[in-house]
Amino acid sequence: MTGPLLKIEKLEASYGHVAALKGVDIEVNAGEIVTLIGANGAGKSTLMMSIFGYPRAQAGRILYDGHDITRVPAHEIAKLRIAQVPEGRRIFSRMTVLENLQMGATVGEPTHFPKDIARVFKLFPRLQERINQRGGTLSGGEQQMLAIGRALMARPRLLLLDEPSLGLAPLLVKQIFRAIRELNERDKLTVFLVEQNAFHALKLAHRGYVMVNGAITLSGPARELLERDEVKSAYLEGGRPAA
Amino acid sequence: MTEQSAPAAAVPSRFPAALKSAALSALVAFGLFSLIVGARTDQGPTGALIVFPRLDDLAWLAGVVFAGSFLRTLLFGDAPLQVSRHFPSGVKRIGARLSRFAAPALLGFALIAPLLFYSNRYYLDLSILVLTYVMLGWGLNIVVGLAGLLDLGYVAFYAVGAYSYALLAQNFGLSFWIGLPLAGILAAFWGVLLGFPVLRLRGDYLAIVTLAFGEIIRLVLINWQSFTGGPNGIASIPRPSFFGLPFTDDEGGFAHTFGLEFSPIHRIVFLFYVILALALLTNWVTIRLRRLPIGRAWEALREDEIACRSLGINTTNTKLTAFAIGAMFGGFAGAFFATRQGFISPESFVFMESALILAIVVLGGMGSQLGVAVAALVMIGAFELLREFAQYRMLVFGFAMVLIMVWRPRGLIGTRVPSIFLRKEKELPSSMVAEGRR
Repeated sequence: MTGPLLKIEKLEASYGHVAALKGVDIEVNAGEIVTLIGANGAGKSTLMMSIFGYPRAQAGRILYDGHDITRVPAHEIAKLRIAQVPEGRRIFSRMTVLENLQMGATVGEPTHFPKDIARVFKLFPRLQERINQRGGTLSGGEQQMLAIGRALMARPRLLLLDEPSLGLAPLLVKQIFRAIRELNERDKLTVFLVEQNAFHALKLAHRGYVMVNGAITLSGPARELLERDEVKSAYLEGGRPAA
Repeated sequence: MTEQSAPAAAVPSRFPAALKSAALSALVAFGLFSLIVGARTDQGPTGALIVFPRLDDLAWLAGVVFAGSFLRTLLFGDAPLQVSRHFPSGVKRIGARLSRFAAPALLGFALIAPLLFYSNRYYLDLSILVLTYVMLGWGLNIVVGLAGLLDLGYVAFYAVGAYSYALLAQNFGLSFWIGLPLAGILAAFWGVLLGFPVLRLRGDYLAIVTLAFGEIIRLVLINWQSFTGGPNGIASIPRPSFFGLPFTDDEGGFAHTFGLEFSPIHRIVFLFYVILALALLTNWVTIRLRRLPIGRAWEALREDEIACRSLGINTTNTKLTAFAIGAMFGGFAGAFFATRQGFISPESFVFMESALILAIVVLGGMGSQLGVAVAALVMIGAFELLREFAQYRMLVFGFAMVLIMVWRPRGLIGTRVPSIFLRKEKELPSSMVAEGRR
């Protein structure tokens, strides 16, 4: 291992005159699950999106595998085998499950398609049952599975997940998180997870960062963060799961 | 007992609500029609305009609206009407079976139409017109239906194609068969030119810019007198030839070469098959493209641009190709229009045309090839048939559009056919994905 897989240095970004990110530093090592937690509007999703260039970083650098990707266009970033599950899932609702997965393989090798789709169906058997069903007719949990499955079709080295637990029943959240852990442990997939559901995210992750108002205030091993009083009071509602 | 009496009890309880909604509808109708119907201007004896009140007509209209609204609420309640629910399932099944044969049947009819209408020039001309709009609809369908880019200035490309061919033919003596591809290429070039500034725009903003683009092209055509002939247009554009044989009544003409008796209908029939071939080419290319990565990218772009970017789709190129290919087919149709009419002027390329083509695409069901063809047939055909009622044509037209949008918000054929399947086809009815109502 030579340095982290993803390294974000002093990243700044803004919407018009409103600064959303005020010099953020984050490292994600290969094989790790790293989570970024924070309240609504802290800038978590902005950070996630700025890795893909929307909004563009105004200062700082984003390094992937040692290469500077700060100014690389979004569609080129996907070719570097970084896959993103954007906030709100954003599946193609009028397209079938199969077509959605096919779109995910846009940057992948066509010959890998059968193998990759088998891997997704093994991870989420529900998707196979719904293969010719339109994305918009799936339940929220199935849509999340589809969004993750679609991202996996590109055989990513780094998977960016933006609030996969959003709007899901606790049981489904567990199922999704179990799948993420499985991907990490079995396939050695590196995961960068943005979550509001701090309890589950920190239980899953190896390391965590806490973001407040566009800046990182705390970081460290996830287990330690779970025990920190500031984290407990702010995100875990006195130690109980905030889900 | 109680179950049986329930519907009977429900009707009287609806009575006050029905009365209220009917009164409200009548009031709205009264307001709407008060100036359109209720007042009529005429030239008085001194030449000045005099306003005649037509209160009886107005009262009739309000009365009809009142009765209609009253009955509707009384019979069906306040819920939105769902016509399909009132059809027995047998009718629906037959309908579904018929729709499978609709496309081959329409195609077969189109192929033999010139033989059926051989002696009827009016119907032949009308079919050519319908096919032109089918082609324009299919062309715009690529931009609006597949890529989801709302283009209100599509007529600009139609104009570019028509003027390209007309000017190339006049200035360089190029024949139709050389002018046609050139017109398509030039239109595609203008499509890319429009595409660049609107890359970042979506929805309403995109619509406004494309609308302006259409008007700019028209204004340039009007004002660049030395080049385009201005409002006088371009006359005596060469007619197409049958692979070099002109449709004339002399030696070396089409009729003479094949030993036929000369008839002006020959050219019309030939034009019919040319536009049919062009329209089918548009359809074929669209169907093929839908199965290729670029076509799938268009459809994905329509659904969600952010997701597209994160999946590695180059949205810039995707949008530009959609504009270019859509414009190219518009250009082909324009070149055909020019050679058919023999005369073009900016008056043929007004915003109304763009609106009509867009209406065909939306009413047909965005992205549905068959739907667009049916919508073009219905709209242009009905438009012509209603020619005698010129005054009420737009009224009927608008009314029909409102009805279709109420009952079939996703267009006549709103189901999107997936481009790939694994195993047996099994899908939910499109009504479960309430896209049009979102």
